[in-house]
Amino acid sequence: MAEKTFAGKTVEVTAEGYLVNKSDWSKEVAAEMAKEDGIDLTDKHYEVLDYLREQEASGASLTIRKVGKSGIVDIKGLYELFPGGPLKLSSKYAGISKPASCV
Amino acid sequence: MKKIVILGAGTAGTMMANKLRKALDREEWAITIVDQFKTHYYQPGFLFIPFGIYQKEDVIKPKADFIPAGVNMIYSSIDRIEGDANKVHLEGGQVLNYDFLIVATGTKTNPDETPGLKDKLWYKEIFDFYTIDGALALQKFLKGWEGGKLVMAITELPYKCPVAPLEFVFLADAYFTELGMRDKVEIAYVTPMPGAFTKPVATKMLSELLAEKNIEVIPDFYIERVDNDQKKLISYDEKEIDFDVLTVVPVNMGDEMIERSGLGDDLNFVPTDKHTLQSVAHENIFVLGDASNIPTSKAGSVAHFAADILFENLMSAIEGRPLHAKFDGHANCYIETGFGKGALIDFNYDTEPLPGTFPLPGIGPFGLLKNTKINHYGKVMFRWIYWHILLKGKELPVEPLMTMAGKKKVN
Repeated sequence: MAEKTFAGKTVEVTAEGYLVNKSDWSKEVAAEMAKEDGIDLTDKHYEVLDYLREQEASGASLTIRKVGKSGIVDIKGLYELFPGGPLKLSSKYAGISKPASCV
Repeated sequence: MKKIVILGAGTAGTMMANKLRKALDREEWAITIVDQFKTHYYQPGFLFIPFGIYQKEDVIKPKADFIPAGVNMIYSSIDRIEGDANKVHLEGGQVLNYDFLIVATGTKTNPDETPGLKDKLWYKEIFDFYTIDGALALQKFLKGWEGGKLVMAITELPYKCPVAPLEFVFLADAYFTELGMRDKVEIAYVTPMPGAFTKPVATKMLSELLAEKNIEVIPDFYIERVDNDQKKLISYDEKEIDFDVLTVVPVNMGDEMIERSGLGDDLNFVPTDKHTLQSVAHENIFVLGDASNIPTSKAGSVAHFAADILFENLMSAIEGRPLHAKFDGHANCYIETGFGKGALIDFNYDTEPLPGTFPLPGIGPFGLLKNTKINHYGKVMFRWIYWHILLKGKELPVEPLMTMAGKKKVN
């Protein structure tokens, strides 16, 4: 575990930068996390983050395909918003756990 | 007369029919099982067909051979489940009422979900080995192939038997080596996952084995489409991979009947309590095997272990008691690695595959995450065990819940 400061708030993060305590999340924290990776969050980004937070709260497991069917953004668009690792990055900024694959 | 209906007579459904018929009074309980197909496929054997190790006759038997007397077998497609009315509608209008329903309709491959997959190269230079037709077409193709780039690609998670594509590339390496043409074949393993396997300890062991066998791993590649003219895989973020021959794990989805019944998630898998195996939507519907959305491997071993738990819970439900048995996601997979060797992994929801030994009275121990000859014999013997013991719901000397005995903790 490590500590980081986002938006003037000290939070605990995992080795990969995911929030340890979901309650530490705010839009400002998300924005600063994304900025570290060179991404400026827009309203569209936040819509995706809200969707992920809702889905996780309902206990659903998340896949890229599922987000692509959400009506917010298609898969291609998701890659454009979060280049490189769409689900991994968006989950990180949404303050939820790293997506686990259950193989 | 009370009624139990089982949908699907594959590995999971057949095991349950056998267990339940033995346990329940025939005067009191009618058991019906429904499946549209008459042939039971030994699916773990499909992997060996492309390399000519097994032929078609090695993996098929009539389903009827495994359904016990006293169980009503209906060969029919299923239209839908009407969960609120405790009814199943079959194609053609027949209606089955039930007190308890077990959904065991499995998962199947949907090549149509990926643009360009089922196109002009399908079964010519693009194959799957998750169907008997795909495996046989690939066998025929490989016999005449003179070499080039062989790409094994996974399109989407989850998919049936997570180790099968790894086994495929290991066996391909051995096959081309034995033909004296390994130097003419480039093998690549393409996956949307960040590594060869999802769990760190197993990924390390398998990555080393892949490197040793000169198989390239291309991780984080999420396939958008296949370009048949240029013979390329194209990802959502515009990366490209050339191939000469492509073997693919198409998108896996549950049965369309699940969607028609309004019981599925976005991939038609049934939301299921991962411990009790009861469907989330209806108390008297249980889900066994690949049809459920429980977060573990889609594999016969999981269905087998889960069947013991489901059986106990169903007995409790019948007697109106709380459901005490809790499934732990136990999976146990042999991994063929070629040249007469194999590896074995044993894990559950909480414990990743670890090294050590796997105790099996009379036969084992097998080496966990080790590449050994005894593990390969385990896989070879398994076909006999499958037909003669497992499907018939007889006891195997393996506990349904995972044990830490023999496993070594790794930090």
